[in-house]
Amino acid sequence: MSNSKILANGVDVYYGSKQALFGISMDIKEKEVTALIGPSGCGKSTFLRCINRMNDLIEICKVSGSIKVDNEEIISEKTDVVSLRSKIGMVFQKPNPFPKSIFDNVAYGPTIHGLVDSKNELEEIVHSSLKKAGLFDEVKDRLNEPGTSLSGGQQQRLCIARAIAVNPEIILMDEPCSALDPIATAIIEELIDELRLNYTIIIVTHSMQQAARVSQKTCFFHLGELIETGETNKIFTNPDNTKTQDYITGRFG
Amino acid sequence: MFFWSLVLIAVGIFSSFIYGRSRIKLNSKKQGTKSKSLPNYYAQYVLMWCLFPALIVYFSWAIFQEQIIQNIVISNFEYIEGAVYNEGLLLAEIRNVANNPSFADGKSIEIINAASHYSSLKQISQISFYTSIIIMMLLGALYASQKLKPEFHVQHTIERYIQYILIFCSSVAIFTTIGIVFSLIFESLRFFAEVSISEFLFSTEWYPFIPIREGQTAAEGSFGAVPIFAGTFLVMVVAMCVAAPLGLLTAIYLAEYASQRVRKIVKPLLEILAGIPTIVYGFFAFVSVAPFVKAFGQSIGIDASPTSALAAGMVMGVMIIPFISSLSDDVINSVPQSLREASLGIGANKAETIKKVILPAALPGIVGAFLLAISRAIGETMIVVVAAGTAPNLTGNPFENVTTVTVQIVVALIGDQEFDNPRTLSAFALGLVLFVITLFLNIIALQIVKRYRERYE
Repeated sequence: MSNSKILANGVDVYYGSKQALFGISMDIKEKEVTALIGPSGCGKSTFLRCINRMNDLIEICKVSGSIKVDNEEIISEKTDVVSLRSKIGMVFQKPNPFPKSIFDNVAYGPTIHGLVDSKNELEEIVHSSLKKAGLFDEVKDRLNEPGTSLSGGQQQRLCIARAIAVNPEIILMDEPCSALDPIATAIIEELIDELRLNYTIIIVTHSMQQAARVSQKTCFFHLGELIETGETNKIFTNPDNTKTQDYITGRFG
Repeated sequence: MFFWSLVLIAVGIFSSFIYGRSRIKLNSKKQGTKSKSLPNYYAQYVLMWCLFPALIVYFSWAIFQEQIIQNIVISNFEYIEGAVYNEGLLLAEIRNVANNPSFADGKSIEIINAASHYSSLKQISQISFYTSIIIMMLLGALYASQKLKPEFHVQHTIERYIQYILIFCSSVAIFTTIGIVFSLIFESLRFFAEVSISEFLFSTEWYPFIPIREGQTAAEGSFGAVPIFAGTFLVMVVAMCVAAPLGLLTAIYLAEYASQRVRKIVKPLLEILAGIPTIVYGFFAFVSVAPFVKAFGQSIGIDASPTSALAAGMVMGVMIIPFISSLSDDVINSVPQSLREASLGIGANKAETIKKVILPAALPGIVGAFLLAISRAIGETMIVVVAAGTAPNLTGNPFENVTTVTVQIVVALIGDQEFDNPRTLSAFALGLVLFVITLFLNIIALQIVKRYRERYE
């Protein structure tokens, strides 16, 4: 329990009367990449969105059980969702930059959280975030152009820069490469590998190669249940469960 | 006469349908082949060939009959030497006598003669009307039945006819619009022949009374429309001051905060607000709001008139709230959910998300909604007629009486007026200005909304 960053215990999720997740328990270590894999509709995105309470946006969605982030319960009425989300950044399936300039996209988070006192400071944060996201060199001459004018891969890195600009500890990635071409995907994967040094990353992915390439831990979901979790190497070479075996060898899913 | 002819046409098309159906069945039986299309299509084909010629006859009679008969009667009229006739009155008299013989008492002989001429022409026209309808229907059906062969691909022809019908229907609205625009333009030209454009657009004196008879001592009329435009603008500004914040905040509530259930109830309720007849709003403005405005004005030491720009504008603002709220709500809703998630995911709260992400993204659409509401406010008539007054005051004080373009059009057209003096013709010039302004506002608004849609779809 020493360096446990996120500790989930018996998480159930209902959409209306339909149960989407069944008693998920999981232990996510600090500064590691954890991949959530499984066939479509298995609940891996739903679980991801529990961690930063994004499911609150869906009126009919009910979450019960316990998720502790840094030993603090977050599935509770009393949780300060705003500070939780500033601690947990999120990158979405489709790049979703704001219809603002590249600079303003990254500056958005620091500004609303009052992280900066001066323009210089803000500029510094924006530049360093863009650098961390590996985008700075490509856009440094056109920070005032709209974020939507970038290519898909650049947009996604802009979204990563936007997420890390508020200095989060955890980054959730919901299929961040599914809308990108192989080259852009490779760049993002490299980036994830670098970010691992400073952030705890949970990534939902449909691509098993991607999970194998970027993650240290892998969790396999099936029909709303967590089937197996373990070292990525082990899951992909010698899984304990036959369902996992079947999925990673492509027999279903 | 036109009613019974409609019955006649109905009987005609019904029997042509039955006839076409049985005829094609008979023909295909005779040839021993199956017809290329279903029997009903052949029947429809005969029906159309029966109906359209009859309709052409029907409408040409409806449009031209009276005019032609009147021309014949007038040209054959035996004028009495020395007497002065007004053609319009004369015709009315002749028609009266013809339609109602008891009016004949005391009329002069030439009128009675003309009336009987009129009646006999009417009778001839009626008989030829019925016969030509019957003949045209028979000819049409005959032509169509020639073609009723099983190998005839009738449904292609029917499709084409249907296309013609649809084109015709859609062009009716377009041609009506064009007609209205042209009549506006030509009547306005007549007005501007008597009043210079620069006086109309830039002079500040609106006194549209002109001597009707020679020697009348009424002052020379003046037609400076600036006070009217100013009044319109003032009422519009008041209305937007009420409607813009209320409508926009309502839209934000509906789109971002209200639960599905509340939304489902509130949105239709708001749209009912748009369905209230404007005269009812006007009534409300005059009876309830205007006295309140007057009392309020007095309480803060401003002398308010019983009807005022403020009263009319406020009520008009309430009227256009649903335009703004409903359109803005749609626009805000069409901002992609992913932007909301992005903002909330960084830890922005709802208010920040709305203020910094959603409203900027929705801004073009919201501006479009405002422009449409403004053009609605400018064109609105009944509220201002009842509650804004009719005095062409050039003022920025909303507690005063003002008048608007629409009110002046109503004033100019009320009463027994011929369209031969600048006072009545001014209605067309004002209407033209109104039309041009609202047209431009609508075009700009639609362009903005369209560009916005393209960005997100």
